[in-house]
Amino acid sequence: MALAESISIESRFQDLHPALSAQAAVVEANRCLNCFDAPCMTACPTHIDVPGFIKKIARDNLRGSALRILDANVLGLSCSRVCPVDVLCEGSCVMHGRGERPIAIGLLQRHAMQQFYASGAQVPWKPAVERTQRVACIGAGPASLACAAALRREGFAVTIFEKRSVAGGLNSHGVAEYKLQVSDSLREVEFIRSLGAVIQTGKSVGDDISLQQLEQEFDAIFLGIGLGESHALNLSGENVPRIIDAMRYIEAYKMRAPLPTGARVVVIGGGNTAIDAACAAKLLGAEEVTIAYRRGEEEMPAFAFEIQHAREQGVGFLFQAAPVALQSGAVEFQRMRLTDPDASGRRQSEPAPGTEFTVPCDAVIPAIGQSKLTGLLQQVANIKLNHGAVVIDSSSGRTSNPKYFAGGDCVSGGREVVDAVADGKRAAQGIVEALGG
Amino acid sequence: MASARLKELWRRSVADLSVKFAGGISSPNPFWLASGPPTNCGEQIMRAFDAGWGGAIWKTIGEPILNVSSRYSAVDWNGQRIMGLNNIELISDRPIATNLREISEVKKRYPRHAVIASLMVESRREAWHAITRQAEDAGADGLELNFGCPHGMSERGMGSAVGQVPDYACMVTEWVKEVARTPVIVKLTPNITDIRMAARAAKRGGADAVSAINTINSITGIDLDTLVPRPNVDGLSSHGGYCGPAVKPIALHMVQQIAADPESQLPISGIGGVAGWREAAEFILLGCGTVQVCTAAMHQGFRIVEDMADGLSNWMDQKGFRTIEDFRGASVPRVRDWKDLNLNYKIVAAIDPAKCIGCELCYVACWDGAHQCIHVERDGVPAHPPPALVEAAAQARITQSPVSKPDQAAVPYGRTPLARIPQVDEAECVGCNLCSLVCPVDGCIRMKRVDQGVPAETWVQRSSKVLPV
Repeated sequence: MALAESISIESRFQDLHPALSAQAAVVEANRCLNCFDAPCMTACPTHIDVPGFIKKIARDNLRGSALRILDANVLGLSCSRVCPVDVLCEGSCVMHGRGERPIAIGLLQRHAMQQFYASGAQVPWKPAVERTQRVACIGAGPASLACAAALRREGFAVTIFEKRSVAGGLNSHGVAEYKLQVSDSLREVEFIRSLGAVIQTGKSVGDDISLQQLEQEFDAIFLGIGLGESHALNLSGENVPRIIDAMRYIEAYKMRAPLPTGARVVVIGGGNTAIDAACAAKLLGAEEVTIAYRRGEEEMPAFAFEIQHAREQGVGFLFQAAPVALQSGAVEFQRMRLTDPDASGRRQSEPAPGTEFTVPCDAVIPAIGQSKLTGLLQQVANIKLNHGAVVIDSSSGRTSNPKYFAGGDCVSGGREVVDAVADGKRAAQGIVEALGG
Repeated sequence: MASARLKELWRRSVADLSVKFAGGISSPNPFWLASGPPTNCGEQIMRAFDAGWGGAIWKTIGEPILNVSSRYSAVDWNGQRIMGLNNIELISDRPIATNLREISEVKKRYPRHAVIASLMVESRREAWHAITRQAEDAGADGLELNFGCPHGMSERGMGSAVGQVPDYACMVTEWVKEVARTPVIVKLTPNITDIRMAARAAKRGGADAVSAINTINSITGIDLDTLVPRPNVDGLSSHGGYCGPAVKPIALHMVQQIAADPESQLPISGIGGVAGWREAAEFILLGCGTVQVCTAAMHQGFRIVEDMADGLSNWMDQKGFRTIEDFRGASVPRVRDWKDLNLNYKIVAAIDPAKCIGCELCYVACWDGAHQCIHVERDGVPAHPPPALVEAAAQARITQSPVSKPDQAAVPYGRTPLARIPQVDEAECVGCNLCSLVCPVDGCIRMKRVDQGVPAETWVQRSSKVLPV
């Protein structure tokens, strides 16, 4: 089914949560108890001074509030939108103990950051000295942006190389539009540019510029390259439904060129990306969207609130079912049995032969994880990888090649945006120390 | 409707809220509207009586004045509106004849309610005689002399300009009493060093009662864009009169001072921050026969009186008080000079770990604002690190949020980690109350008595042992 041209992406992907009005923000900010050594601050991977920025909202110091957030997390706007706050800051809020809903930390942070960007996002920091040393960041995702911002504050010359034409990494290409709009991601990119970081888009390291050249021109290199291609389904058949990789599907609609799916869509996978893809398919006009996962709901890696959100969007779930073949206009599934919990407490799935059944569909969207991006990494001398992930010293972000530092999904295998920001920050400190900061 | 509901409540209740004030003013309950914007005209006052108010002090009658706009400004606090209200409005801007005619009408329709005429005229005996006669002829049940208005009128030698000079207040009171046939209430200004001097002057002048307090001189705030204080009158502001919830403690203090002063013994109509039955009970416990309300009615409307009557009745039923007189003044002797307090009374804080939510506000309050006797360290429990260490630790590792389902993690919400539950060093605790005041959880920090094993002893008693007088 073709996307109705008359309905824009913006109107289809409206904010999941409405922003707070200025007055509601003050009321909510006043609910905050201003805990001493607040648990929310500890729970945040970037250790934002949560009570500090909230009390500044309460006292009508919105600029101070935003700067307090940016001090700890330069991607404060996108994190306020995409952070799983239920399991981080808001999950640790002491209000739970009083039988009340936690302080709406995410919404308050969004309020402060939106005001900051709405009022011109003036550069609040000037490095004390401009240094001559140069640092290259490969990839313009959250890890690199955070690393670059921290290095700019220390006065280093920073250049970010991004192979795509649009910077921002998954914030621009991979986050569901109803959580974070591309335009907001790009405001943050521009903010980091305004700090003095040079961002070269459409420049693929390894193709357009060689690693050797980077090594010659830069004193340190940060790898924030994220993950590689999505895992393929490896199923065969003829006259099969369209197969669209989940990451490509999300990227396409975010770049305002949505891929057609037809009316019936099956998403394969149990993670948050599967949820994002399924909800997007629904919002883009698919009539019947089903998420198929080989284990049960309990075992789904997606957050519970994401699963709930998908249900509210009208997405159906098919549990304990794994695709085994593609047929004409359908996927053939096999029922899966769940084993008893293993040592890690998780139940594995195993096929139940003779239980095959088909689900008719026009498109299959696999969302079964991304592979590691090893091509570029193999060109780096002496760099140690563990199952494709870059191995780093956790206190400095330094790799086994002393010139290289790394962070974000290429190290972790895929975590939250806020983790990538934390990685980038720490690596920047490692670089500062290594370069004699 | 409202009035029918109120009557129903009063029937249901054992408590009798009716009062007789200053020897001659009867009222179905002690809740009166204070002289001010809510009592500007007869139509308002009749609606107020329908809503359940027992009496009203007419907005001060005198030679009509001109007002400015704007007139009010407020102090908001923590996102709540009108912790305090400030006004620069003057007395009635309506002709004296209009006010008097409406007084007559109201009294005809509401004979059982109290209608008091607030008066302010220039300081001439004839002028006060004339207005006194006119108000009483119109049917007012009593008179309130406005010696308190702190703005505008005082610049013309009226209002607080009278109230701030005890002899002057005494003299004007005498003039009124020369002709008055109804009870005369003198309204006192708080803008004076010792309100007892003004109360004594009123008594010397023959007043039948006092009402206190009038508004407190104030500047509520400044517009930080224009740098003009509020309220803004064409780029300028003026000192106003402050009232509302914020002034209640000041009003209670002054009322108690009058109630406890042997030379000021007069019936008191309490004013200042009354917004509900609890404040009304407090003023009555400190000796007031009636209470007057203005700001709360301006904020929420006349309907607030329903719960004032209902709440006070329920409380009286629970405490076994049948009439207002049963508890009026009961707390006056409970306020004493500091030197009369028991030095051997000792309480210490006790934190209930089952209720503690781990905010540690008591901890930081005790360390920074009190006596450093609340601790978070516990034997055998690893302490949670202070902010500096959290920051340092964060810099020493790459932090990653968990990927499994931490929203359904093992530690349930509402179970405070032991390391975040502070403990009190009872030996060091001075029993100041601060931790229990900052604690956001009801009943979590309790102040418990510690038996000192010694008899009560005041500072007077102790110092007399050392230095016999």
